[in-house]
Formats: sequence, C-alpha cells, structure tokens
Amino acid sequence: MKNLKYLVLGTLFGIILTKSEVISWFRIQEMFRFQAFHMYGVIGSAVAVGLVSIQLIKRRHLKTISGEEIHLADKQFSPGVWIGGVLFGLGWALTGACPGPIFAQLGSGVPAAAVVLLAALAGTWAYSALRERLP
Amino acid sequence: MLDFLRQPWPWYVAGPLIGLMVPALLLVGNKALGISSSLRHICAACVPAGLPFLRYNWRAERWNLWFVAGITLGGFVGYRLLGHPDHVAISAATVRDLRAQLHLTDFSGLLPRELFALGSLAHWQGWVFLVLGGFLVGFGTRYAGGCTSGHAISGLSNLQWVSLVAVVGFFAGGLLMTWFIFPLLFR
Repeated sequence: MKNLKYLVLGTLFGIILTKSEVISWFRIQEMFRFQAFHMYGVIGSAVAVGLVSIQLIKRRHLKTISGEEIHLADKQFSPGVWIGGVLFGLGWALTGACPGPIFAQLGSGVPAAAVVLLAALAGTWAYSALRERLP
Repeated sequence: MLDFLRQPWPWYVAGPLIGLMVPALLLVGNKALGISSSLRHICAACVPAGLPFLRYNWRAERWNLWFVAGITLGGFVGYRLLGHPDHVAISAATVRDLRAQLHLTDFSGLLPRELFALGSLAHWQGWVFLVLGGFLVGFGTRYAGGCTSGHAISGLSNLQWVSLVAVVGFFAGGLLMTWFIFPLLFR
C-alpha cells in the first residue's frame, strides 16, 4: 500500500483546509475585498514555511525516506501562465474554491461541489482538446 | 485539545501546517504539492478521447488521486466530525457588501445557499457560479500549469518566478470578477 501515505497526508490537508475555513466562499470574497487578513495570513505563512523547508532540504541535501535524491522541477513559462491564471482567478471568485477546496467541500457535504467538480473536469478536458490552438 | 480542534483554526496555525505539506510530500515520496493535475488524470483515465494531452501514463501519477481522495475525506472529518460554526466569521464589512451588492441574506454554511443550492441551476446564477465558475477553474489551472497549491504554495516556496506571474494572474482574475463583473451581474 505505497499510496496509503498519500491518502493520509491528503486527509490531513483536507482537515486543515476545512478547519481554517479557506474552503468557504465567504472567506474568498473577504480576501478579494481586502476586508480581513485571514486568507493572506494562511497563504503567506504557508509559503514562508514551505520556503524555509525547501531551503533546508536543498542545503542539507536531504533524501526521501526511501533514500532517493529529492528532485524539484522548474515551472515552465508560456503565455498560458498569465492568461490561464486570470481565467482561473475569475473562476476562483465565482466558485469560492480552487481545486483542493472543491474536493474538501464535496467531503463536507456541499452538493453544489459535485457540480463544480464536473464543470472543472469539463474545463480541463476542453483545455486538452483546444491546447494546440491556444497561444 | 478536542475543544481547540473543534474551533475554527486561526491563520497562524493553519498556514504553517499547509506549508509543511510541501516538505512532507517531498520527503515521503519526492512529490510536488499540486492538486489541479488530478483533474487531468481523471480526464485521462475516464475520457481520453484520443487527445494527445490526455494520452500519457496517468497510472504513474496515481498518488495524486489518492491525495485528493484524502482531501475529500478530510473535508468530511473536518466539517462533520470536528464540528463547525453555523456561520463563518467573516468581517462585518464583507457581510454588508454582499448584502448590498449580491442581495445575499443567508450567511450560514460554507457557501451562500442563495447561489449554491442545487435549485439555483434553475436560474442564471447557478449556471454562472457553479458551471461557468467550475469550468474556468478547470480550464484556467491547466492552461496556467497549476493552481493555488501548485503555483502559490509549491511554486513560490521554490522561488519560481513563473509561479509569481501565475499568482498575480489569479488575483487579477479574482479582483476583476469581484469588483467589476459582480456589480454588472447583479445590477
């Protein structure tokens, strides 16, 4: 069961997303209206901890638990990074959810999340079909 | 302890824990935190339709599907078992704005029922907020090559300037929707 550890980590991640209310549409609106620090605090401190951790991993040449060299791929730039980024932002404000929270909302028992998830799959599929014709 | 767990968690507890997911996934299996790829894997597994972008060995990325299955389970545990307040404690200013601009009256739950109850699919609101919104999330994240976790958390943590461009795009889109398109939709 080498995938069990990802199920466990995912469950922890889902609990954190839920208990910090970042899966709430209301919180996302509050963020885009600059009316509370909560979301900025969550994202900012997450990045800070992630950054320090990655620096530690790189400087100490830490290996995975099975002894592999840790590999971090660089993100590639294309015009899609900002065009797609803006399109996702529009959807983020509408649904109040990025992909992780859609799954957490589904688990929390919001029926609408199933519709949003299906629509997101349709969007991903449409991108896959149109990919060659996009800038 | 249980009392603490049952309260909504403040940002300075939740944020660092989210940040720790980055090294946890790297140390446990050399995986980069990212969620939106799971949508691609599901498409590749269910409806590849001969599209080149969906023709790859998605089975090699199965860990990602286990991860999002976990997130779903975590949503259940976090909300149903670890308790939740009736109202998300958003600022009074946000409540006032949403009342005035979007004509919302019900502030209970995680999402506003007036827009997200399944019955809303009988009106334009449901189609815009659920269907168009979801579509843009799926299309935009794949086009941008990542979402809030892959770009904002994982990418920025690894000092990727591409991710910074993406995050500026995410915010530009969200601000455009909130400040310019919502007022037009609900005029």
